[in-house]
Amino acid sequence: VDPAWIALALSLKVAGWATALNLLLGVAAAYVLARFRFPGRELVDAVLTLPMVLPPTVLGYYLLVLIGKRGWLGSWLSATFGINLIFTWQGAVIAATIVAFPLVLKSARAAFETVDPQLERAARVLGLGEWAVFFRVTLPLAWRGILAGLLLAFARALGEFGATLMVAGSIPGRTQTLSIAVYEAVQAGQDSTANTLVLITSLTCIAVLLSAGRLAPARHLAA
Amino acid sequence: MTIAAIFSNVVRQASIAALALGALAAHAADLTVSAAASLTHAFKELAPAFEAQHPGTRLLFNFAASDTLLAQIAKGAPVDVFASADQETMDKADAQKLLAPGSRRNFAGNALVLVQPSDSPLAPRSLADLLKPEFKRIALGKPEGVPAGRYARGALEAATLWSAIEPKAVYAQNVRQALDYVARGEVEAGFVYATDAAVQKDKVKIAFSIPTATPISYPVAAIAGSAELAGARRFIDYLASPAAQSVLARHGFQKP
Repeated sequence: VDPAWIALALSLKVAGWATALNLLLGVAAAYVLARFRFPGRELVDAVLTLPMVLPPTVLGYYLLVLIGKRGWLGSWLSATFGINLIFTWQGAVIAATIVAFPLVLKSARAAFETVDPQLERAARVLGLGEWAVFFRVTLPLAWRGILAGLLLAFARALGEFGATLMVAGSIPGRTQTLSIAVYEAVQAGQDSTANTLVLITSLTCIAVLLSAGRLAPARHLAA
Repeated sequence: MTIAAIFSNVVRQASIAALALGALAAHAADLTVSAAASLTHAFKELAPAFEAQHPGTRLLFNFAASDTLLAQIAKGAPVDVFASADQETMDKADAQKLLAPGSRRNFAGNALVLVQPSDSPLAPRSLADLLKPEFKRIALGKPEGVPAGRYARGALEAATLWSAIEPKAVYAQNVRQALDYVARGEVEAGFVYATDAAVQKDKVKIAFSIPTATPISYPVAAIAGSAELAGARRFIDYLASPAAQSVLARHGFQKP
């Protein structure tokens, strides 16, 4: 198998996991920020949005210091469970998840805030429990905005480069994603490999955009 | 404010901006030196003395893996001097007619070593010890783009250990990144130059030196079509001077 396809498969795996994690984490955080009032709420929102504006190298460094073998979380993981995240695809997933997280958070929070609380109150009056209200009223009404955020997050995770390179390194077949493989090929002056890789990347991104259009059809069609 | 006053104000602001841009752009004699990552500390230390000897000349350094630098030069990067960590990369530059004829010479030598985190309890005595399961990850420069990685692969191939060690390999973008992986304790061992090991003396220790099939020697050359060819040749001459050689020696480089 051509190494380019292995890199593509790895990129899709990492982006898929990062998106799935963000579906849980991003939506949960967005719901809390949209529905509950507590002191420091906007500060929490700002801190959670940081990965969108911080340079990826800064995130990569934070992650190295945090989950590296001598980092405070990493040394605990290593001593307690024998888990090591640096130079693994799971490390790449963590980097991609954090980088893409604000995209889900922002979209989902905006979506939750546009859901009319009257509808939730009506559901409660009709006897639904809190979980049922969330899954049968709030989530379906906010779904379109959440889905848009998830697609953006998937695309962002697919293109993640800086933090991933710092945390997961560039091990062919294990942590070398498409974007890192392109960088390696250009650095080594291997133009034909780079050409194949950028072509595959571009076609993959077009496929993502086309399926995004299918999954989230224009508002006037669905309404 | 009258229109004339506004106009003169705008002109004044624009000319200040233009002056600032001019200062940022072409300095009278900026000499761009693309040098192997392992030369980082030594070249930075050499720069002030060279600039003092040649007033008006300013050295701009671009440090990376030698193959990366070659790829940039081949794509037309405005580089005046190229210093590589191996002959092979410079041969490639020569074959692509990128070098100013007659400007190439060797200016330093180095040695390949195996390093470990300084608090590591492991004590490898030979390359074959790296087969032991305690050595889970071994850092080396990516052989396709980093000379130090090629030297390491060559040494492992000569010992017929490469296919067994390769699954443990963690590839670095340049030799200094391999050093950093060892210093942070993310890998159990790594292949770097003796001069790199000296940079992080408190965090890494040398397990042993590794003989290489070809001696590690650093060539330097002026780039064909450089606008500062005379300056480039002066810098190359300076590298051979006793002053520069003593700085290189202090950083652990050997005589060419």
